[in-house]
Amino acid sequence: MNRWLRNLLLALLLSGAAGCATTNGGDPRDPLEGFNRAMYSFNDGFDQAIGRPVATLYRDALTEPIRIWIRNVFANIADLWIGANNLLQGKPKDAVVDWARFAFNSTFGVFGLNDIASDMGLEKHDEDFGQTFGRWGAGDGAYVVWPFLGSSNVRDTVGLVFDIGLDPVLLHEPVRVRNVMTVLRATSRRADLLDASRILEEAALDKYVFQRDAYMQRRRSLIHDGNPPREPRLIGADDQPRAQRGAPPADETPSAAAAPVSQPSPPALDAALQLLEQPAASAPATRGG
Amino acid sequence: MVPIFARFATIAATAVLVLTGGAQAQEMAPDVLVKNVTLEVVDILQKDKDIQKGDRKKVIALIETKVLPHFNFQAMTASAVGRNWNKANAEQKARLTEEFKTLLVRTYSSALASYSNQKFDFRPLRAKPSDTDVTVNVRVLQTGTQPVTIDYDMEKRPGGWKAWDVRVAGISLVANYRTEFDNQVREAGIDGLIKTLQTKNHSLEHSSVAGADRK
Repeated sequence: MNRWLRNLLLALLLSGAAGCATTNGGDPRDPLEGFNRAMYSFNDGFDQAIGRPVATLYRDALTEPIRIWIRNVFANIADLWIGANNLLQGKPKDAVVDWARFAFNSTFGVFGLNDIASDMGLEKHDEDFGQTFGRWGAGDGAYVVWPFLGSSNVRDTVGLVFDIGLDPVLLHEPVRVRNVMTVLRATSRRADLLDASRILEEAALDKYVFQRDAYMQRRRSLIHDGNPPREPRLIGADDQPRAQRGAPPADETPSAAAAPVSQPSPPALDAALQLLEQPAASAPATRGG
Repeated sequence: MVPIFARFATIAATAVLVLTGGAQAQEMAPDVLVKNVTLEVVDILQKDKDIQKGDRKKVIALIETKVLPHFNFQAMTASAVGRNWNKANAEQKARLTEEFKTLLVRTYSSALASYSNQKFDFRPLRAKPSDTDVTVNVRVLQTGTQPVTIDYDMEKRPGGWKAWDVRVAGISLVANYRTEFDNQVREAGIDGLIKTLQTKNHSLEHSSVAGADRK
């Protein structure tokens, strides 16, 4: 185990050096770009070696109905905390829907194998603690890529601590069942993304940047439940910049989502986020290359 | 004699189709337009045997005839290039638009190829009849997952309503290219960006759809 860790660290350091070399310009939302690129290439390597092959095997080995059952079971378990997060975000109606979904799917849907709640018009939501903190006014903080977990930011990392710490699957006993469930869930999720990752590969000029920006946009959309405030249009259909109509300059608009929201946030959370933001702020100085 | 007549008839028929199509589009409300085009394309996807066997060339042709006329690619490109757009001359603008269009069509064809009978929920348009810039919301429903939203930002143009951005699950295609394009222009100028896009399109043409693609 120790040896494995040392090798992993070595690999990260090596790819970190490569990451530094390709770092250009510097996005204010991504002060840890060198580190993040290293993590990204580590994750990408892991995905190519293990993630994608296993997910492809899974997709080819199991018929679609079985894969849907597996997806549904984990989606059903997730509805518990989705409901709690909706409640924390001040959306009791949505929370009731989530818990009703859990109740119906766990019973009439047979342990969550069938998503009968959706057929009944009880729509599934997507919530987590990162979104809840965002709803409370916490800004994104620096963008971070974690090994195995992938794209995140300071706020969503704090959220992940709660998501993972309270995850019913990870808390399940005995450990053997928990391990099988965890791997199965990860495989099922990766298999669902096989098409998307192929499209990403085709669409992106720089996969790292493309995925990073997509993550930021996606989170912003999720925090606002799919209806984020519309960003001002930079350029009209007549190709003329619309800056003179009062829109901010082109290079400032995209980062509007990343800038800390000026709403008040709970002091404890604020302090926690500030603590996490410290290393992020000092990182560019030490990055050097 | 007959072939010439046949060809003329085809051209005439095409012209009529284009004309009526144009006239219809002009009157059609943006949400109705999105719904009609989506359902028409999905219908073809489900029925066409070649497409189901993985014929990408045919998917691209489908997009070019059915979907492209309703997009304003010049506006999409301008928005993706952002603040550097006005540094480009007319020829560079035209080439950027062409290359970006090719890349988007290819990405879109890849997305369509993975379509598997999902259901659509066309949301009622929340806009005043006098609005000329609207967002049309469509949701793709799938069991066990949250519905995926597709938002079309559309603007009323002389030829009918045209989309100038598409947001899938909240991710704007146009905005997502902005940083990448910005980096490219900073490193190698407008021509560098054009070159990168050309190389990208070229490599895609030769890797993913080797042989089965248009010339």
